[in-house]
Amino acid sequence: MSTIRELIQSVKAGIREISAAQAREAQARGAVVVDVREADEWAQGRVPGAVFIPRGFLELRIEDKAEDKSAEVVLYCAGGTRSAFAARALAELGYTRVSSVVGGFGKWKEAGYPIDVPARGLSAQQQQRYSRHLLVPEIGEVGQQKLLDAKVLLVGAGGLGSPAGLYLAAAGVGTIGIVDSDVVDVSNLQRQVLHTDASVGKPKTESAAATIRALNPEVRVITHSLRLDASNVLDVIGPYDVIVDGCDNFPTKYLVNDAAVLTKKPVVYGSIFRFEGQASVFKPGDGPCYRCLFPEPPPSELAPSCDEAGVLGVLPGTIGLIQATETLKLLLGAGRPLVGRLQTYDALDASYREFRVRRDKGCAVCGDAPTITKPEDLEWSCHFEPRPVAASA
Amino acid sequence: MAVQVQIPSQLRPLAGGAAELALDADDVGALIEALGARHTGLRERLLEPSGEVRRFVRIFVNEEDIRFLEDMRTKLSDGDTVAIVPAIAGG
Repeated sequence: MSTIRELIQSVKAGIREISAAQAREAQARGAVVVDVREADEWAQGRVPGAVFIPRGFLELRIEDKAEDKSAEVVLYCAGGTRSAFAARALAELGYTRVSSVVGGFGKWKEAGYPIDVPARGLSAQQQQRYSRHLLVPEIGEVGQQKLLDAKVLLVGAGGLGSPAGLYLAAAGVGTIGIVDSDVVDVSNLQRQVLHTDASVGKPKTESAAATIRALNPEVRVITHSLRLDASNVLDVIGPYDVIVDGCDNFPTKYLVNDAAVLTKKPVVYGSIFRFEGQASVFKPGDGPCYRCLFPEPPPSELAPSCDEAGVLGVLPGTIGLIQATETLKLLLGAGRPLVGRLQTYDALDASYREFRVRRDKGCAVCGDAPTITKPEDLEWSCHFEPRPVAASA
Repeated sequence: MAVQVQIPSQLRPLAGGAAELALDADDVGALIEALGARHTGLRERLLEPSGEVRRFVRIFVNEEDIRFLEDMRTKLSDGDTVAIVPAIAGG
């Protein structure tokens, strides 16, 4: 049985150790520098250009950063011990040019080499709350900070806005605005999970804000208890980075689309009907807008789009979470967003389909010669009233 | 050409309740005429009186909008899927 000291000595004897100066040279010639410390240590400062893989995940994730086993890999920790064990583990995986920095990050700092210190690290509480995000390479601390700094507007706190709002708040989106002019009705509770039985009769904005604050008190919730129209839409959307369209009527959909195109803000679109849903991302400059897809709304007599149309209660959950996912991807700059793609979901058939949506050069708002240059209210009523028939003479 | 036509919920009552129909047609225009011949009222829901596709309905052949193909003259091949996707606004 060996003591820990003997074990460390034997591990160090079996690997290649280099100085901070040699690590710096190795990085300059293209070596992958890996910080194997824990997230809180990484957050307080690190070697510029280093990648972060905590020791516990090293074997699982090293291939993402160094696929070629003959690649030069430099490992460091705080003092050179954890990185020595890490170097042995990589050697066992077949990496042939691995070294560990003697004295680790401490020696690097002592030598006066540059370090990166994030402007504001996450607090200890945030580290815990978002720990499962911090473990994801595409998010990490940098991504989490982006989410905390982000401002997302939910247009509608109904079926789609509910799941989107809950998950965006849970994910740590720092500022969530909610636009809605309705009060909670008991018939909403079958799908609008931001609201509870106790909030029937209260404004949806207040009910939604209370639920979001209970879930994540860190989120700044801004309520806009109004109906969007041409006179207020630019002021309301102005401060936000991304708009989640969860509204339930065509006039608001077109108004939000046009205002977003005019102010170059991305809209994460969703719509539902009975067992069917649609989702897309309309990102001005990068892809088409809602009008490119549907240039005009249907006449009200052909539009089963109103709250009386009926919907499977869980369907907005599915579509609203596609919207939440796309919103997070936009904020993080991760993956391939649903730009230029319409995704449809048929719950009865359990099938997703995807269609290409192209920018329409003739589009009234984002085309080459737009005719809509400021927000306009759409004359449209949900309630179809047959035109009066002229009395015969 | 034998193609599958996907019917959205809101038009299914006009298509005898079917979610999918199998039809023979050489191009999209002929397909819509065939749909209309089989199911009264369906053609009028898809096309303006002028014969253009209504602006709140999209018709896709496989993944592509026929506006960016050859519109009503878009040729169909055996096994193609034609999807009718209407604007919906539930939230």
